[in-house]
Amino acid sequence: MIHVQGINKSFGTHQVLKNVSTIFEKGKTNLIIGQSGSGKTILMKCCIGLVEPDGGDISFDERPFLALAEKRKKDIRKEMGVLFQGGALFDSLTVEQNVMFPLNMFTDMTPEEKLDRVNFCLRRVNLENVNQLFPSEISGGMMKRVAIARAISNNPSYLFCDEPNSGLDPKTAEVIDQLISEITEEYDITTVINTHDMNSVLQIGQKINFLYKGELWWTGDKNTILNTQNEELNDFVFSTELTRRIRK
Amino acid sequence: MLKLLGEYLLLLYDIFKRPDKGPVFRRQLLVEFVGLGVDSIGIVAIISVFTGAIVAIQTAYNIDSPLIPLTMVGFTTRQMMILEFSPTIISLILAGKVGSRIASEIGTMRVTEQIDALRVMGVNPANYLILPKITASMLFNPVLIIFSIVVGIWGGWFACLVTGLVTSADFIAGLRGWFEPFTVGYAMIKTVVFAFIIASVSGFLGYNVDGGSVEVGKASTKAVVVSSILIIFFDLILTQLLLV
Repeated sequence: MIHVQGINKSFGTHQVLKNVSTIFEKGKTNLIIGQSGSGKTILMKCCIGLVEPDGGDISFDERPFLALAEKRKKDIRKEMGVLFQGGALFDSLTVEQNVMFPLNMFTDMTPEEKLDRVNFCLRRVNLENVNQLFPSEISGGMMKRVAIARAISNNPSYLFCDEPNSGLDPKTAEVIDQLISEITEEYDITTVINTHDMNSVLQIGQKINFLYKGELWWTGDKNTILNTQNEELNDFVFSTELTRRIRK
Repeated sequence: MLKLLGEYLLLLYDIFKRPDKGPVFRRQLLVEFVGLGVDSIGIVAIISVFTGAIVAIQTAYNIDSPLIPLTMVGFTTRQMMILEFSPTIISLILAGKVGSRIASEIGTMRVTEQIDALRVMGVNPANYLILPKITASMLFNPVLIIFSIVVGIWGGWFACLVTGLVTSADFIAGLRGWFEPFTVGYAMIKTVVFAFIIASVSGFLGYNVDGGSVEVGKASTKAVVVSSILIIFFDLILTQLLLV
């Protein structure tokens, strides 16, 4: 479980996050949704330690992340798996080496054990016979799946996904969503997904946090989001012709 | 300027921390030996052969007085290659080739979030990415410079042989005369300092790229310019300290 308490962040005079507090629950897919510029990426970056908030606290299973010394933060980071928007696969490494990277850095597994784990993770994301390919030789959807495989290779307790469906066709996006959802339940991970894709929201939104102009505006789940009276949330959810027609 | 220097020193502090995993560092080091060192042998060889040949021909051409023996051609070629051409000119060439490569490689990793990915995993990105490059440069560049000196002198000898300006015996006699071993030490000290400048400055500029591909290109160019200026500046300081 990740406890976010009163997070504030400003860039110059512009306050991006205003006293955001929420809980990301274990074994659930926790979504952060909102329009572009609402602060969802900054909130996620605060959680994974890439941006230092001006105030507030973030605890990972009762461990206050922000108050820890860098060395102790590193221990928590080793328990995180992060899926970046573009995949962030290492260009100079093959698919196999990318997935093996966290194992090389943080485990004392034998080469055979590492290879077994890599193959297991790649199979888990429905990828086979791609071990020796480089990231430039695979498609966008495959890149995301390799990035997921890398993120789960070291058995993380927390999985963060930044716009996992960006740049993917709806079919592939659904596969990625389903995969993240299955992995979350299977390994009882605290998963946080940053998205503005309404398909994802309705498919895997077990807990949804709606950010509006840097504030946590609404919290709910995929069953309640379509029936809320919250005006700003409705503007966001029913912003496309398709969703407006569905509503009717 | 002071802020930049502070950021550079802070990055160096991160770079010179103990590597997260020894075997991974050693493997990275081998990769960098090939990428930064072995891959530069070709250009070093070509430039050194021609530089040595040109120095030899120009020296021979400028010896008009019968009081100056032609053995001076071999002597001058050797001294020029050891003292200045190999350590400084080759380091300037490497600043262009290796420096731009380091800055663009690390800069691209920055803009594509690969450095963020490393950091989030709990890896020290500065240490993982830049330390092997600095170490490989500081260990391999002296090898390249010795190679350059040897090849440059061979180029001078070969040029004399082909043009007939100086006999092989005269050239070799000059080459073997008045040799001061410290000159090689001086060349090696300069090389190691220049290697550190090239790898650390280029790494710093790549690491701090903010933006997209345009900024990566700018960082790459800046790495070459700043490294070259620092090489010349430290050349003067080291020469003053070590030779005068």
